[in-house]
This record gives sequence, structure tokens and C-alpha cells, in this order.
Amino acid sequence: MGSYIPTTKKEQLEMLKTIGYASFDELFSHIPQDVILKETLDLPSGLSEIEVQQTIKEIANKNKVYQHIFRGAGSYNHYIPSIVKSIASKEEFLTAYTPYQAEISQGILQSIFEFQTMISELTGMDVANASVYDGASAAAEAIGMCREKRRNKAYIASTIHPDVLDTIKTYAYANGIEIIIIDEVNGKVDIETLKSSVDKETACFYLQQPNFYGILEDASQISTIIHECGAKFIIGCHPISLGSIQSPRESGADIAVGEGQPLGIPISFGGPYLGFMATTNQMVRKLPGRIVGESVDIDGKRAFVLTLQAREQHIRREKASSNICSNQAYQALIASIYMATLGARGLEKVANQCLNKAHYLQKKLEELGFRLVYDAPFFNEFVTESTIRHKELFNRLEDLSILGGLPLDEHRILWCVTEQNSKASIDLLLQAITEVSK
Amino acid sequence: MKLLFEKSVQGRGCDIFPDDCGFEQIDLGTFKRKQAPHLPEISESELSRHYSELAKRTYGVNNGFYPLGSCTMKYNPKVNEAMANLETFTQIHPLQPIESIQGCLEILSKASKYLCEITGMDAMTFQPAAGAHGEFTGLLLIKAYHDSRNDHLRNKIIIPDAAHGTNPATANMLGYQVITIPSNQNGGVDIEKLKAAVGDDTAGLMLTNPNTIGLFDENILEITEIIHQVGGLNYYDGANLNAIMGIVKPGDMGFDIIHLNLHKTFSTPHGGGGAGSGPCGCKEFLTSFLPKPIVINNDECFTLENPLQSVGKVKAFYGNFLVVVKALTYILTLGKEGVKEVSQNAVLNANYMMKQLADTYDIPYGNQTCMHEFVISLAKEKHDLGISAMDIAKSLLDHGIHPPTMYFPLIIHEALMIEPTETETKETLDEVIAIFKLVYQKIKSSPDKLHASPILTPIRRVDEVKAARQLHLRYNDWDKS
Repeated sequence: MGSYIPTTKKEQLEMLKTIGYASFDELFSHIPQDVILKETLDLPSGLSEIEVQQTIKEIANKNKVYQHIFRGAGSYNHYIPSIVKSIASKEEFLTAYTPYQAEISQGILQSIFEFQTMISELTGMDVANASVYDGASAAAEAIGMCREKRRNKAYIASTIHPDVLDTIKTYAYANGIEIIIIDEVNGKVDIETLKSSVDKETACFYLQQPNFYGILEDASQISTIIHECGAKFIIGCHPISLGSIQSPRESGADIAVGEGQPLGIPISFGGPYLGFMATTNQMVRKLPGRIVGESVDIDGKRAFVLTLQAREQHIRREKASSNICSNQAYQALIASIYMATLGARGLEKVANQCLNKAHYLQKKLEELGFRLVYDAPFFNEFVTESTIRHKELFNRLEDLSILGGLPLDEHRILWCVTEQNSKASIDLLLQAITEVSK
Repeated sequence: MKLLFEKSVQGRGCDIFPDDCGFEQIDLGTFKRKQAPHLPEISESELSRHYSELAKRTYGVNNGFYPLGSCTMKYNPKVNEAMANLETFTQIHPLQPIESIQGCLEILSKASKYLCEITGMDAMTFQPAAGAHGEFTGLLLIKAYHDSRNDHLRNKIIIPDAAHGTNPATANMLGYQVITIPSNQNGGVDIEKLKAAVGDDTAGLMLTNPNTIGLFDENILEITEIIHQVGGLNYYDGANLNAIMGIVKPGDMGFDIIHLNLHKTFSTPHGGGGAGSGPCGCKEFLTSFLPKPIVINNDECFTLENPLQSVGKVKAFYGNFLVVVKALTYILTLGKEGVKEVSQNAVLNANYMMKQLADTYDIPYGNQTCMHEFVISLAKEKHDLGISAMDIAKSLLDHGIHPPTMYFPLIIHEALMIEPTETETKETLDEVIAIFKLVYQKIKSSPDKLHASPILTPIRRVDEVKAARQLHLRYNDWDKS
């Protein structure tokens, strides 16, 4: 019933007649009879706007929105400043296509150039691209960048997010790069194993910092090992953490990638999120995806334009470095507004709040019998172990609208704290756990 | 226009977070960042104006006619956005307990059911984030299928020369050798050349139908049968689905796998280049290879399960979920009648424009009925008078029209590919037809003006060679700001 076709049935008939067709059937008469549909599609009848929004809301209400979230594991509940949503809702940004026509796309092109600059700054790298699908596909694409004729082995830390590992493996199944997992010791990459494994055939090593358990890995030491064998070092980073912890460049990375969701993008059941990729000047031509460069127009005015397109599929076809076209431009815009709103000081504040509050929760949990599994510095996530039955614990938290940490098995839980968790909300969680432990 | 960084003044900023929350300060020791990033220091009011200025220099669907071929720049309904912005979607963590995400799973399940009905497929994954990602997933299914049968010698993917560049690029990502099939004189797949190219090394075919010239290949059943005969699979590139909904189903044309672009056909906006959504659908015999997890509709509840022979994951979690919410809202609004009307009118509008431009512009294959788009060629004008497709496109900018897709498909020289979509009024179409004709007249009357166009845009033609040779990919002059 709803329709966004402006022409009336009468106008449609007139238009058909104007170009020599008596009806829509005649317009489609060149379609072979043996494939043309004889019946109407088996879909519900259309709805008016008021009906459709009722229908969707009814479905949405079957979800539970938790008032307090202590779960991260790749999706982080950070505060989104009002101005971010306000600016991002501008229809021009929302409804434009990829900025192929530079003359009327300077707004989007400039915003991407600013995004590239801010991601480069955040990671400490030289250049960034306009974004890829998410942190996991960014990791997979980064590994592809490191492949060389005689270097076809990619080493991966076992301590990375399982979805990222799964994605890396899928891309490797496609392109034939060999994946070798380096096991962990006490929640961190086993550096001795790494040292004895890498060799002249190693293309790269992929590390997540902080890792899946929230732990800060000894990235600088790893960097030395990787570079000694001539391979590339990729760090998958948490962008908020970069407000206060060592940047990938400071840790010796050749490529920095990450999940940009924490930069102003709601958790949204896992998407759309934002993959970012940054690298050194030496590797810029291997970067996949869109890249915006600054140039001038014929009058000498500053102008931004998609550049290095000779790497891309529409020019290179089967020789392209990747097939990516649509990326996450709109989410990159959101992240830009977020970073510009916070500035370096704001970002450091958020990072420190995450860090400090997480450590507060960890200490209090320790007092309640939740032992810290790995004795290592962590950022805003950590793993505890206890004998408390998860079923009872999570039932109690459910009543209080608290999404507890992610259960890793029957005894271990991966907790996450962000600036959104007030002292009151942390204390509410602790109170609930105290009750269950009794 | 100045960059954010050039507007930055030390000490300015927005106050979003308190300085101190009363927690003990943790010392990061050697992990502490040594050099703070340069990020803008800018007041909220300046930030707001900066982006308003950028928005003014951006051309969206709401700004005017946008006939970008193969991109389906239709109107993006506002109710779709409103639904995707519901907190009961945006505030859901992807790793919540299964009972607490029943609404999200129902969205995915319903969207899958309806899209399968529209396309003639049996199952669908929403994990791919964009069309090219859906293609990648589709070819993974082909590879996994052959591998599961220990059929490891199939190393070739057949692709017509009119195909989107993503097709060969995707095949290459999977290590396949690309076999290009030339188009026949009607713009379709050359059957004899196809027959000669296939064999027991054929992994599959990637095809768009209607193809990129906007023509429906009438030999489609024969084409897909040739591939099946030699044991290959048929992959449907869904970029042009807007032409055929409710008219034909890819599943009925012999296709085993498809990808869709929800940001094209299903009106979820393009966002200036994403987030899109590129769901990948397949026939029953391929469902066990789909990326993990998939939504299962049990009687009482929805669950997430991993298909037995899954190719793995192509991204974290379940895909660009909010985009799927928008697409489902759109499908529910249109319903079974509306979905077909979309394609009928998309095709009508394209033919209406094509027929009326045919006396002015050279339209190769213009004697046939086109589908949702058509391609004009400026090859003759370029050769005789030095006016290129680029000149025409840039001149359209001065008339407030977004130019058609330029220089694609590659098989037509000096191509301009026009896709008006179904959401334009007759008045708009008449107006732009008149503008296209007016611009054409300038080829003879004032060619210099065409070469010099555009002149009314915020900037004029860009020196792209400079951009590529003197790479300047970020702001770096911090000392000056």
C-alpha cells in the first residue's frame, strides 16, 4: 500500500503510450515466457507508515535494552555526544553516493580527508584509508597487504577476538595465505614460541592490543622479533585506548587497524561498525579501499578527490588489490565528528575513565571471590574466575537490567567497563553479586 | 574551505566529560602513550558550522536528480531511518543472551524470508557489509562447494566483458583465473564463445541480468544451463535487481547464488559510500556452507546456529544490522504489489528517457527495450568534435544534475550510463530530457563552454594527476595551525 512512486497510474499509462507501449505487460514482453513470473510474489500486502512503524516497533520490543552494560568483547558501549547525532543526521551526508564527482562532493571528500588525518594521528601512522567494513575485515585485508612472493605465512596471536580470527581464516581460505596461530601463556602471546616460529617466509604477525582478554601485550618486544626476520607487524587496536596507551606506531607497527565502533557509533547488534586501516608511507600503495587526496582545481583552488584509483577494481579489474567499493563512509563521518568533538584531551579523559573504573571493578570483584585470571596490566577489560554459579548470578543481574560480563566458560567471565558505567552502576553490580554469593 | 585542523585553536574544545570521577588513577607505566595525537581543538558551535558548510558542498538524493547508473539512487524514505534509530535496536549488544535479542533475530529472519521470495533463493546471510563483500561471500560458497566434493581442479570463473569491475576483482581474491566472454551483437553473452570457454575447470559464472548495458539477456536459461552442464555454479550479481522484482526471479533463471545491495534496490541510503549491506543468498544445496552463524526460526523462538560446513565469518557478528532494519521496513511498506511496481516504474522511467533521447544521442542497442538503465555513447562526438562523455557529464553539473556513471561499461566507448529510478516524477524526467538535449546542442554551438564546465560548482575540474603524483593524503602542517 505504501509507495514512493510519485507518478499516478494515469501518468504511467500516458508515459507508456508516449513511448509506444500499451501496458506494463507489453513493456516486459521481451522477457522470455519460460522465466517470467506468472504469480504475484508471496509477500504480505503493503502497509501505511503508521502501520509499518507499529509492526517494526512490536518486533523491536522483543529485544531487551539493558540499563547497565558490563560487556564488551568487540562491541563497546561508549557515550555519544549529542552533536555527533545532530550533525550526522544531515540528509546530504546520509543520501549521497561515493564521491565520484568531486566538484559537487567536496563536503564528503573533505570529511574523509579529515578522517584519514585523525586516524593517522590516533594510530601514529603516516596515512589511513577512507575505511573498510569493520575491524575484522580490516585485519584480514591488512594481512593481505603483507603478502609477498616468498612470504606467504601469516602468524596470528591466539589472544585476538575470535570473530576477527574467524574472518582472517576465511579470507585466508580464499586467497591461500597460510595462517599459523601462536599460542598464549598467561593470557599473552607466547613470545618464545613466536621467536622460534617466524622465519624468512613470514609475511606478518597480527596482534590485538589490548588483546581479547583486555590485557596489554608486550608489543614493542614483539615488534623487534618480527622486524628482525623482515616481516611486517600489524596491530589491531582499540581506538579509545589510544587516548592514553602507546600508539601502534610507538609500538613499532607497520600497519594499524581496528574497530572504529567505539568512536561514536552505537552498539546496534553488531553493525554497521567501522573498520579503519593506517600504515606507513612505504606501504600506502598496498592499502585497499578508497583514499582521498588533496589537489587543486583548474583555478588553483584547494580541492579533494579520490586518488590512487589505479589500485581499484573499476580500473584494475582482476588485478585490483581488493574488491572493496562501498565502505563505511557514513560511520567514518560519525567517527570524525566524535574525534573532533573530544579532541586529544577528551579522548584521554575517556580512556582514563575506562581504565580507572575497570580497575575499581576488578579490585572490588576480587574481594568478592572473583580472582583475576591473568596477572598482567589491562585496559578496560579483564577476565575473572570464580566458583559462583553463572546461572544464579546472571539471573539476578537480569532482574536488575544489568548485562554482566561475557561468560567464557562455566567459571570465567570477561568484564568490560566504560565511562558510561557510573560509580552507582558499578556498585549496583557489586551489590547484586554480593547477594548471590551469600 | 578550511580544514578542521586549520580552525583549531589551542585550549578550545567541547566539555563532554568531567575531569575527575573520583576513582583511583591507574599508572600505565611503559604502556603510556608518549606523544598525544593532534586532534582538532574546536568549540561545539564552530564544529557545527564546519559540518553545515561541508553538507552544503555535498550532493545527496534530496538535492536533485541523481541518475548514477548501476547505483540505483532512489529516494530514501524517512520512516526507514526512524525505525533503524529505535533504541530497542541501537542499544542492543551483539553478545546479549539469546532470549534478549529475539527482536533482532526476527528482523533478520523476516528479511531473509522476503528477500528469498523476491529472488527465488532458499537461504540468506546478512553478514556481508556491501555488494563486493556479498560477491566475495558468494564465491566462497562456490569454492567451498567444489572443495566439499574434492573437485579441486575448478580454477576458472567465467565473466562477461560487460561485468562490473568487482566481479573479476572478487574472483581474483579467491585465486580464480578470470575468463572473459565477449558480448554478442545484441549486447548479451556470446553463447558460442561461452560454450567454447567452459569445461571441467569451470568453477562458475558471474553474471548480471539485466547486464550493465541495461539489457535483459533473453538466452539466460541457456547460459546458466551451459554452466550447470559442466558442473559449474551460477552466481547472480544483484546490483541491477531494481529492474526485475516481481517480474522474474534469479532463482528461476538458473542461478544458485546471489548477492543483493540493500543500499541500492531496498532504498537504505548510500551514506556517501557506505554502510551498505550485501546479503548473499543461495539455493538449498549450498546452505550448509553459509557464513556462521545463521538465524534459525524454531516454533517458539529464534536461535543462532553454525552451518555444518560453514566457510567461516566474513566479518564480526551478524552484518550491518541496522541497514537490514531499513530494508525490511521498506519491503513491509511496499508489500507484494508495491515491490513489483518499483521495478515496473524503474523500467518505464528508463525507457521513457531513452526513447526521448534517442533522436539526439547515440544509444548503442537503443533499438531494444531497456530495463532500469541505458547507456549513451559520445564516441562519435569525441572523435569528430573532441567532446567527451566527461564534458557532457561536467556540463550537467552546472544544471544541478548529478552526472550519470561515466566510462562504464567498458565495452561502450565514451559511455554515460543513466538510471533514473522509479522515484522521479514525469516533470523531472521531462525537465532533465530537455537539459540533456540542451547540453547536446552546445557540442556544436559552444564546445568551449563544455570543455570549461562546470563553472557554477564550489570547485571546478580537479587536477587528478597532481593528486596521484604528489600524494597528499592527510593534514600535516601542525606548526601553522
